[in-house]
Amino acid sequence: MTPLLKIDGLKKTFGGNEAVRDVSFEVNPGECVVLAGDNGAGKSTVIKMVSGVYQPTDGKVYKNGTLLTGKSPEAVRSAGIETIYQDLALADNLDPGLNLYLGREVTRRVFGIPFLDRKKMREDAVEVMRNLGIVVPDPAAPVRDMSGGQRQAIAIARAIHWQAEIVIMDEPTAALGVPEQREVMALIERLKSKGVGIILISHNLPDIFAAADRIIVLARGMVAGERRPTETNDEEIVRMMMGATL
Amino acid sequence: MITDMMNEVKTKKHSRGASFARSLLDAWSWLFLILILGFFEIYAQTQTGSTFLFRIHNLQSISIAASQILLLGLGLTLVIVAAQIDLSIAFSTGLAAVVMALIIRAAGVDAGWMIVGLAILAGLGAAAAVGLVNGWLVAYLNVPSFIGTLGTYGIARGAALIVAGGATVSIRNDHTRALGNGDILGIPIPLVVAGVLALGCHYLLKHTRFGVHTYALGANRAAVERAGVDVKKLLIKLFVLSAITAGIGGLIYTSRFSAGAANAGEPILLYAVAAVFIGGASLTGGQGTISGTVIGAFIIAVIQFGLVYSGLPPYWQFVAVGLVIIIAVLVDQSKERIVGDRS
Repeated sequence: MTPLLKIDGLKKTFGGNEAVRDVSFEVNPGECVVLAGDNGAGKSTVIKMVSGVYQPTDGKVYKNGTLLTGKSPEAVRSAGIETIYQDLALADNLDPGLNLYLGREVTRRVFGIPFLDRKKMREDAVEVMRNLGIVVPDPAAPVRDMSGGQRQAIAIARAIHWQAEIVIMDEPTAALGVPEQREVMALIERLKSKGVGIILISHNLPDIFAAADRIIVLARGMVAGERRPTETNDEEIVRMMMGATL
Repeated sequence: MITDMMNEVKTKKHSRGASFARSLLDAWSWLFLILILGFFEIYAQTQTGSTFLFRIHNLQSISIAASQILLLGLGLTLVIVAAQIDLSIAFSTGLAAVVMALIIRAAGVDAGWMIVGLAILAGLGAAAAVGLVNGWLVAYLNVPSFIGTLGTYGIARGAALIVAGGATVSIRNDHTRALGNGDILGIPIPLVVAGVLALGCHYLLKHTRFGVHTYALGANRAAVERAGVDVKKLLIKLFVLSAITAGIGGLIYTSRFSAGAANAGEPILLYAVAAVFIGGASLTGGQGTISGTVIGAFIIAVIQFGLVYSGLPPYWQFVAVGLVIIIAVLVDQSKERIVGDRS
């Protein structure tokens, strides 16, 4: 079976510095793969090579068997791979509907003059959010009035709405309080149940064990090991993150 | 289990009292306008026994003063919503006024509608050129707009004075005078022009994709770029729009006074900026409306005219407008406080 995403021997050097030396793994539909590792282990560099922000020095990325390497970030997004950044890339002063459609807003014509169709965009946002199990309290209110978890949900809803098959999340719970972290973990479960493949970057052990189907531990730009959460424990993961030699 | 967790999604609730206070604060500029109109009316009734508000001449004078402020403030509102500033509008106005006057004067006393139309287009073109340079500086050379437009403020000022030979360019032309001093159904033409432009800018900001991108740009530039919007083009459009509305202000100046002056817009610049902020915009971008700027312009115009009308030394207008700007900022801050911290 062809994996949804196949990452094969990725390597990236900056000047003489090897940020990523040799990273390979696969992601299947409905699976959450956690990339764990300490700061500087190469997690973000790997993600940026997948999303097209960096071009790898060596190695390839395939989606459903089709080569992705060499494509622009826009082309990677339209191939169905969405990256959700820590800053969420939301416009705080706009309502959820406009954020969902940002850059692809819907208009309708009144006497031949185009007007934004705010109502349709709001209704769609409420609908997509409901599918993610989130009730939008006031669809006309700007998203800055919403909780951190709800805001994260909008970013995820945008990915879903535009048919993402793979969602990459970079430390999605880093800036959130505990109840909101739980909301995000629940969202990840929902995405999985819809068959979306997820790559989650984290160095928070409870998150890693809660979300992962597989844990890929990176250390010094290499895969230090791969475990299922049921086959390992905190201690072993930490030891692998610190560089396996300890 | 998951559903349980999702049900306890936290929402920030506002108490009823707070939301009432908030809507009062949202409407403060309207209330303030009514308040100062009432103040001048009572003053006029008690001091002179006549009416301030219900006299056509007063209303016309106020609305012409407001439309001058508006023509500089309309495009500026969009620029400020996008978290930028445009100081050069002071002399986009002057440049357009001078260019229009020079062409009509060169054509002689009998210049017809064709020449007047051509002069109008040339004036707009000169203003648009200033806007293009601003947009290019900010979008492509990453010059902060405060500094970039301060530079073009000087350049446009010099250019306007140079082409005008350092003097006011006076003209004699009946068509032009009719344009600047006529009325449509009793409404002065400058006010009609400002009103149509205000509607147009309101449409752009509130009902088009361009407007949404402008708001989003003011809040989070990275979000707009990631959404695939060409931010550079957006910035150029914003600065050209700002220059053109200011340029129209210059055309109206030349038409009203039968003279083009390089400094036609300079005294209005700070009033225009003030009107935008009184109207609820923020220096950090992402908020502001055209209706707010319209109210802001009228508040300033009423203060200006009212003080002169009531015989107080006109210099008090500077003090009064200054106070209103500070009140506007304090009101904006207390709104945030009532709603609570939004961390």
